[in-house]
Amino acid sequence: MAEKIINKDIVKEENLVYKKTDLLTDKPLSYCPGCGHGTAHRLVMEVVEELNVQEETIGIAPVGCSVLAYEFMDIDMQQAAHGRAPALATAIKRLYPEKYVFTYQGDGDLAAIGTAETIHACNRGENITIIFVNNGIYGMTGGQMAPTTLPGMKSSTSPYGRDVQSMGAPMKMTELVAQLPGTYFVTRQAVHTPSAVRKAKKAIKKAFENQKLKKGLSFVEIVSNCNSGWKMTPLKSNEWMVDNMFPAYPLGDIKVPEE
Amino acid sequence: MKELRLMKGNEAIAEAAIRAGVDGYFGYPITPQSEVLEYLMHERPEKRTGMVVLQAESEVAAINMVYGGSGAGKMVMTSSSSPGISLKQEGITYLAGAELPCMILNVVRAGPGLGTIQPAQSDYFQSVKGGGHGDYKLIVLAPASVQEMYNFVELSFDLAFKYRTPVLILSDGAIGQMMEKVEIGEQKVRLTDAQVKERCPWATTGKDANRERNIITSLDLDPNKQEIFNQKLQAKYKVIEENEVRFEEIQTEDAEYLFIAYGTSSRICQKSIQLAREKGIKVGLLRPITLFPYPSKRLLELSKQVKGILTVEMSAGQMIEDVKLAVECSVPVEHFGRMGGIIPSPGEVVEALEQKFL
Repeated sequence: MAEKIINKDIVKEENLVYKKTDLLTDKPLSYCPGCGHGTAHRLVMEVVEELNVQEETIGIAPVGCSVLAYEFMDIDMQQAAHGRAPALATAIKRLYPEKYVFTYQGDGDLAAIGTAETIHACNRGENITIIFVNNGIYGMTGGQMAPTTLPGMKSSTSPYGRDVQSMGAPMKMTELVAQLPGTYFVTRQAVHTPSAVRKAKKAIKKAFENQKLKKGLSFVEIVSNCNSGWKMTPLKSNEWMVDNMFPAYPLGDIKVPEE
Repeated sequence: MKELRLMKGNEAIAEAAIRAGVDGYFGYPITPQSEVLEYLMHERPEKRTGMVVLQAESEVAAINMVYGGSGAGKMVMTSSSSPGISLKQEGITYLAGAELPCMILNVVRAGPGLGTIQPAQSDYFQSVKGGGHGDYKLIVLAPASVQEMYNFVELSFDLAFKYRTPVLILSDGAIGQMMEKVEIGEQKVRLTDAQVKERCPWATTGKDANRERNIITSLDLDPNKQEIFNQKLQAKYKVIEENEVRFEEIQTEDAEYLFIAYGTSSRICQKSIQLAREKGIKVGLLRPITLFPYPSKRLLELSKQVKGILTVEMSAGQMIEDVKLAVECSVPVEHFGRMGGIIPSPGEVVEALEQKFL
């Protein structure tokens, strides 16, 4: 009995500092400890919960580290072929214009193999939300160079560092899609500190709410870490991200709707 | 009162799609099937029935749009021609792996590579043996007339939803482009979202409090579970083989020789039968309508009564492999075909028959 009382005390409203949203399942996350994906998942699901649109939301999982996103998000989801998530989302949204449809993609999925699908969904101004988690590397396949890998950055397929001359420069998809008239809201966020998390959540919420306006695509990049792929501790990877990723991928809104 | 129209095969497919209550078409231009997309855009199906028609950025995007729409329980389709169908193979194997119903039309042109825009039947292997990676099959329907192009749209969707599988209509440039009289069916009302939910309880229509979330995926990292899924797929194909074989026979009753041909070739063979019979050669035709499942049982029966079988294909000889398997070496089987976009003449088919067997 005593135990129950203690539990009750803990969940008292005034003692409750954090509660996992019910829209995240209890399945243990498949992400490496220290990775930003878990936080990004939580924010998306918190937004769906706060908007009270679980019944109206259909998510698309990519190929990459977040291929199993549907295991963790308690909503109807489809898992797309590599890079094709925006094509799936396009059809679902066209066939169900009142639903909330989002894709959740990494940088290999969105900025390499899925470049065409991404750009054209943006250009058509599909009324969907794209969550783009950019950690500058292919995580799931073991740390290969991504289109977003920084110059000089080492990966298993750029073991001496990315040579821009022969391997190209980092692809800035977010700036690129902001140029297209079909995008309505384009922003770049991060989830490495509590204040960044709050800002990112606000952006994701806006990106979902925008779907009701039917004014075009909302695109939220989340610059994140990959401590395993970068071969650093979680803490070090976040410091490295601030020092190296943020200068290349500056945080903030890139395209905001005119009020 | 029957409504008759003179239409191209490609137009008949498009009109049939609107009339069947199809929810979405996603396509990309390629000769000789561009009329499907053109006709749909011209007809304003969004006004006629609320059907979504979208010109995608590529065949790859189009087939993945089909995946998305089908995964959400809607009646969706795409069409293309050989090089475009090759591009779609990734999406098709994912559709098969996620058990998603849909219709795919291939208006075949000659290959390999860019080949030519003239008709061919050289995509048989790709259509009936898988096409993409992994162990899967599609139900494959082979129309031989513009009327069948029209009729097979509804049939495709009936089969697709009955078995939760993609269905391929394997046509060719001749049937897509030629004009024939078509009897047009009634306009069907598209299913409401509530009806879609009822028909497809597995679809991503939005998770409500009454059920677990629905997931559309072809991924299972556990090999034991993946094998069980593969076995389930194969069992489904067995059921399809037992129940869905369709074929047509022409003058087989007294036939001593047999043509086997589908689509455009089967039409040539009908004339060849006439020419051969004028010469006193008793020949008949078995026309497979379903290429998977293949009419192997009937073929084996017929093989007992004939002295020889000639497969006539606009290819180097692909279907002949299934014919040989079906007849279990009980009778000589030969191939005659033209390639590169050439349609054989009825006379040369008869010549081939005489050369090989007489």
